[in-house]
Amino acid sequence: MLSTIQHSRIFKTAIIMSAIIALVVSIGFSVAFGAADIHLSTVWEAIVHFNEDLTSHQVIQELRLPRAVAAALVGAFLAVSGAVMQGMTRNPLASPSIMGVTHGAAFALVITMAFFPAASNSAMTFTSFAGAGTAVVLVFMVGSFSKSGLTPVKLALAGVAIGTLLTSVTSVIALYFQLEKQLGFWKAGGLAGADWQANKVLLISGAIGLFIALMIAKSITVLNLGEDVAAGLGQNNVLLKILGILTVLILTGAAVSVAGSIGFLGLIIPHITRFMMGTDYRWIIPVSALFGALLLVLSDIVSRLINAPFETPVGAITSLIGIPFFLYLARGKNGGGQS
Amino acid sequence: MKQNQRQKTGRFAAVTVSLIVLIVVMFFITLGAGVVSISPAEVIHTLLGQGTDRQDLVLFDFRLPRIILALLIGAGLAVSGAILQSVTQNELAEPGILGINTGAGFAVVLFIFFIQDSLTGTLSVFIMPLFALLGALLAAFLVYSLAWKNGVNPIRLVLVGIGINAGFSAALIILQLKMDPQNFRQATVWLSGDIWNAGWPFVMSLLPWILILIPIALVKANALNVLNLGDDIAAGLGSKVEGDRLILLLVAVALAGASVAAGGAIAFLGLVVPHLARKIIGPLSHYTIPVSALIGALLLMAADMVGKNLLAPMEIPVGVVVSILSAPYFIYLLIKVN
Repeated sequence: MLSTIQHSRIFKTAIIMSAIIALVVSIGFSVAFGAADIHLSTVWEAIVHFNEDLTSHQVIQELRLPRAVAAALVGAFLAVSGAVMQGMTRNPLASPSIMGVTHGAAFALVITMAFFPAASNSAMTFTSFAGAGTAVVLVFMVGSFSKSGLTPVKLALAGVAIGTLLTSVTSVIALYFQLEKQLGFWKAGGLAGADWQANKVLLISGAIGLFIALMIAKSITVLNLGEDVAAGLGQNNVLLKILGILTVLILTGAAVSVAGSIGFLGLIIPHITRFMMGTDYRWIIPVSALFGALLLVLSDIVSRLINAPFETPVGAITSLIGIPFFLYLARGKNGGGQS
Repeated sequence: MKQNQRQKTGRFAAVTVSLIVLIVVMFFITLGAGVVSISPAEVIHTLLGQGTDRQDLVLFDFRLPRIILALLIGAGLAVSGAILQSVTQNELAEPGILGINTGAGFAVVLFIFFIQDSLTGTLSVFIMPLFALLGALLAAFLVYSLAWKNGVNPIRLVLVGIGINAGFSAALIILQLKMDPQNFRQATVWLSGDIWNAGWPFVMSLLPWILILIPIALVKANALNVLNLGDDIAAGLGSKVEGDRLILLLVAVALAGASVAAGGAIAFLGLVVPHLARKIIGPLSHYTIPVSALIGALLLMAADMVGKNLLAPMEIPVGVVVSILSAPYFIYLLIKVN
């Protein structure tokens, strides 16, 4: 009976409303906290009545607001990617950070920096897209080719193997072309460098990626009943998987190119969302986006407070939050059941 | 049966001898190769005490300790992997994947951060392995206890290991950023798995561990064979399953910890080498442990030479070379192993 109440429409709407409110409030706090604390009312002023002459308004408009917005978008994208991956593979451990996405992006970036040093910013973004995509495809291939199929443990190990391989080759290239410093800077990542330009990239990719994700949400729900059932219901599973991979590529590519490595966020959010929202991906996908945005905005605030005035990489913080959850999943029946 | 036994022993002797010959040949090549190149004849002269001052300096102070360290670390990690694979009955177990290396690394970085500066001279070189051991033990304990759920399922063990690994890595990043620049550099260089600053103190600090622990592993080889059959059969054969497993696990963890303290995080060596050893000599632990030790030593020495000379005068960390060599093999195993 609990589940009926839990998954009722009112309950779901209440969750969504409170998540939206929490998100807006935490973005407000994210803008207010910093080297110079700014009052929340000033934040509001700067957005509604922007005044060029005030330094605090400048700081908000040019530094803090783009950062907070980028955190929300990146968090949303990673969570939706994770939800789509888990839905399509029916694999509880599928998520961007486990599949070597960041390593792939770093690999592609270092190649671009080494051989095309004059490449523009947008070319770099595109490169990291391509690299992230290659890594995902490689991990999927290794997992799928293996005898026992794409089990959670195979996926995780394939991610480790491909990730280590790509990282090693990356560090050799970086060493040879003396790019370690630039690469290290990018890898530490975080959201400090997010400006409006980065947000533009995020918004465009997000619009496309989220649109496709929402479009295929219903089909993913059906796919979860089993591939045969879905095919029997007249669903084109191949097309669905292509669209799903495309979504994941666009969303994680954009997220990684802006924020670097953000560990485990894409893994845990979909699980939490499913727990609250049930199994319908038409709910899971948008709510994952909200929760992901909320978690990353909060983590970003923590990353600035924990060792102020220095920043702690936000990816390390999401990892520390996410790992206990990963361990819980690994102990669960789906994670450890079969090989 | 007797015949078969004799054949196996013969094969083992042949494999061992050829590996030793390979190691000796490689040893002389590696000693001679480098920015200052020294011919094999000159190497022998120098070793016999008839070299020039310059050759003495290059060989005895730089190359020799580094090569010996590579041999010791290679053997240590390989045997650790061999034991772990048998004890957990899991072909994909390895100190790196199980988070033991990162745990040791975390402890060493803690040591660099808090304690090193208050010690003088080479004392820290000898205390570092103890810290690494503590870290390795902590990681192993965490992995084993978190994977425990009416016994330890091999798959769960690997998954939990990956999680613990990621956890220590994240903690490492946070810790490293709080260091001053000099310590930060030391930690970063060390973590990427290299043996550039190898000196005799490092060799002396690792040597006793290897000399004590590998023989213990050999003595316990019989128990390892039995454990490899599965807990039920092992218990049925009268083996003290949990006791033996504990001793062997401790040996494996200590080997990994000491190796990591000396050489940093070197991934996949402990995974790939025991596989090669089993391919060559079969699954009996009496044979796989010594053969793994030899192959591991040979591989790490060769990898270090490649890393040192490929892009000379730039050096590639040996851990990176090992990863590039062995990750494809690991992927192949992933596809093949059921």
